[in-house]
Amino acid sequence: MSRVPHHPVALLVRRSLRQHALSSAVTMAAVALAVGLVMSVFSIKDQARNAFTGGTMGFDAVLGARGSPLQLVLNAVFHLETSPGNIPWSLYEEIRRDPRVALAVPFALGDNYHGFRLVGTTEKLFADFEYRKGRRFEVEPGGRMFDPTRREAVVGSYAARRTGLRVGSTFQPFHGLFFDPDTQHEEEFTVVGVLKPTNSPSDRVIWIPIEGVYRMEGHVLRGSGEVYTPSPHEEIPDEHKEVSAVMLKLRSPAAGMALNQTVNRQGTVATLAWPIAQVMADLFERIGWAHRILTLVAYLVVAVAAGTILASITNTINERRREFAILRALGARRRTVFGTIVAEAAALAGLGSLAGYVVYLAIVATAAVIVRAQTGVVLDVLAWHPVLVAAPAGMTLLGALAGVLPAFKAYATDVASNLAPAS
Amino acid sequence: MSVLEISELTKSYPVPGGGEPRRVTVVDVPRFVVSAGEQVALEGPSGSGKTTLLHLIAGIVAPTSGRIVVAGHDMTALGEAARDKVRARHIGYVFQTFNLLQGCTALENVAMGMAFGTGVEAGRARELLERVGLADRADFLPRQLSSGQQQRVAVARALANRPALVLADEPTGNLDRRRAREALALMREVCAESGAALLLVSHDHDILSQFGRVETMAAINRAFATADGNSPVETR
Repeated sequence: MSRVPHHPVALLVRRSLRQHALSSAVTMAAVALAVGLVMSVFSIKDQARNAFTGGTMGFDAVLGARGSPLQLVLNAVFHLETSPGNIPWSLYEEIRRDPRVALAVPFALGDNYHGFRLVGTTEKLFADFEYRKGRRFEVEPGGRMFDPTRREAVVGSYAARRTGLRVGSTFQPFHGLFFDPDTQHEEEFTVVGVLKPTNSPSDRVIWIPIEGVYRMEGHVLRGSGEVYTPSPHEEIPDEHKEVSAVMLKLRSPAAGMALNQTVNRQGTVATLAWPIAQVMADLFERIGWAHRILTLVAYLVVAVAAGTILASITNTINERRREFAILRALGARRRTVFGTIVAEAAALAGLGSLAGYVVYLAIVATAAVIVRAQTGVVLDVLAWHPVLVAAPAGMTLLGALAGVLPAFKAYATDVASNLAPAS
Repeated sequence: MSVLEISELTKSYPVPGGGEPRRVTVVDVPRFVVSAGEQVALEGPSGSGKTTLLHLIAGIVAPTSGRIVVAGHDMTALGEAARDKVRARHIGYVFQTFNLLQGCTALENVAMGMAFGTGVEAGRARELLERVGLADRADFLPRQLSSGQQQRVAVARALANRPALVLADEPTGNLDRRRAREALALMREVCAESGAALLLVSHDHDILSQFGRVETMAAINRAFATADGNSPVETR
């Protein structure tokens, strides 16, 4: 035998939702979509902003060819975008020796393997660089870092998973930063290690010795201003070498300000993107309109959901006037009838909001897959954000407010005329 | 001791239309008393003001003038919310069309009878269903019950709040003769067992003949009596 709820409002709300199951389900679906969308927009925006502007990239500044600092950062740090050009090796040496610089790591770009970029660098990246405070790159068991004199590669965790490369695998890179099957190089590299996941753009990179980039078939060097093609078994003079970017760890913020003055204001050869976080923050400011549009769309969906609640309950009011009259005849006060309708609206919104978490998880999980595939940045599907409480609570409140109008209609129900028939 | 005492009660409504504002009186009862535990039948044709009188007694509509005292509460001196409270605590109502809540089970319908007054006692709701012979139908929705069973649920609901007075408005009007007799017998029995007075309105002589005290609307309602036996107005 079924239990009898002690509170009549709870029973009436439950029964009404069941009686109008279809419209209740449609309404809750609309609410779920709205709440899921709002939570996703705010959560993804803040997570993405933190991921792209937070301290997760490990370097303070990037030195590269004269041009846009944003392009430099996107290319060298996030491995997106094209390269703005190269700078001579001498500039790398100069900045490496600068006492204000704690660490300088050269990057040479120009090739890919099935869309995953090959970045030529030195052992310093693995020996000295901390991609997060106290965390250096580590290879999975069974692997090692590359030998800078050989055609060896260390593969980022995501790139390894997507390309199937593992220790012992060999591969031939493709020319250019974007995959073109007709541009495969003849050189064959052997994978000697797979990096443990860092949840950073580095996971999408295949690291090779910088010499490997220089000596790739078809590559020419212009570090001296003249075209130089490296010959096998012949050491490349430093004057001909060039790098795409130099990743810098500075000793202090003051060093960044001073270098900024030297390189960007007084110099004409190179660009210093500093601080990286600010460059990315500027990008987010510039694309802030996109977030505002998404937010507006999400709020519109919320408004539609609230309207759906209003319409769905209002539509039932006329057919339920007798029910209200019966309740009143049983002694229910007008405010009880009013409260029942408001509670029903709030229940629709509340239950829909709970379902909104499923929508949220689906959206964020999908977004995380896309963002990771495109940038290597990992969004945490289960990350805490105040909107996860604020949106369902706000929607439930809005739902209750949407119930006020039909509740007034129920409140005003004339008992005598709805207890038909009269004798 | 009386459980219902009516004196100089009138109810009139404005008559729609142009010209001089006019009102029509549908209830004019100088005096009517029902004692505690008493069972009274009220006879009258359609339009004689029976339903309006019951609505007035229950506090569903406010009178134009006069006094109604139910279980010691002067309904005419109370505001709407207070009348709701008296109705929830002291009055049970049985309707011709049963008026069960269609979304609620039989058990929940009975529970609703006490929800706004004494508070829900699940045990009592089950006992009442058992008393009216529907223990095995507790989880049935009204549409899954026969009309006779629905009326029995309505009777159980009317007694759920341990009322001093049960008002029954043509409670057997939608039942066939055999079921009408059974429902009436049950209603009278359970009212007697619980000590509730019963005021039943009907125009069915078979039903009326079973009551010791039968009042006619023509006798107690001057508004109907002066209308030459015809309905003085629409009462709804």
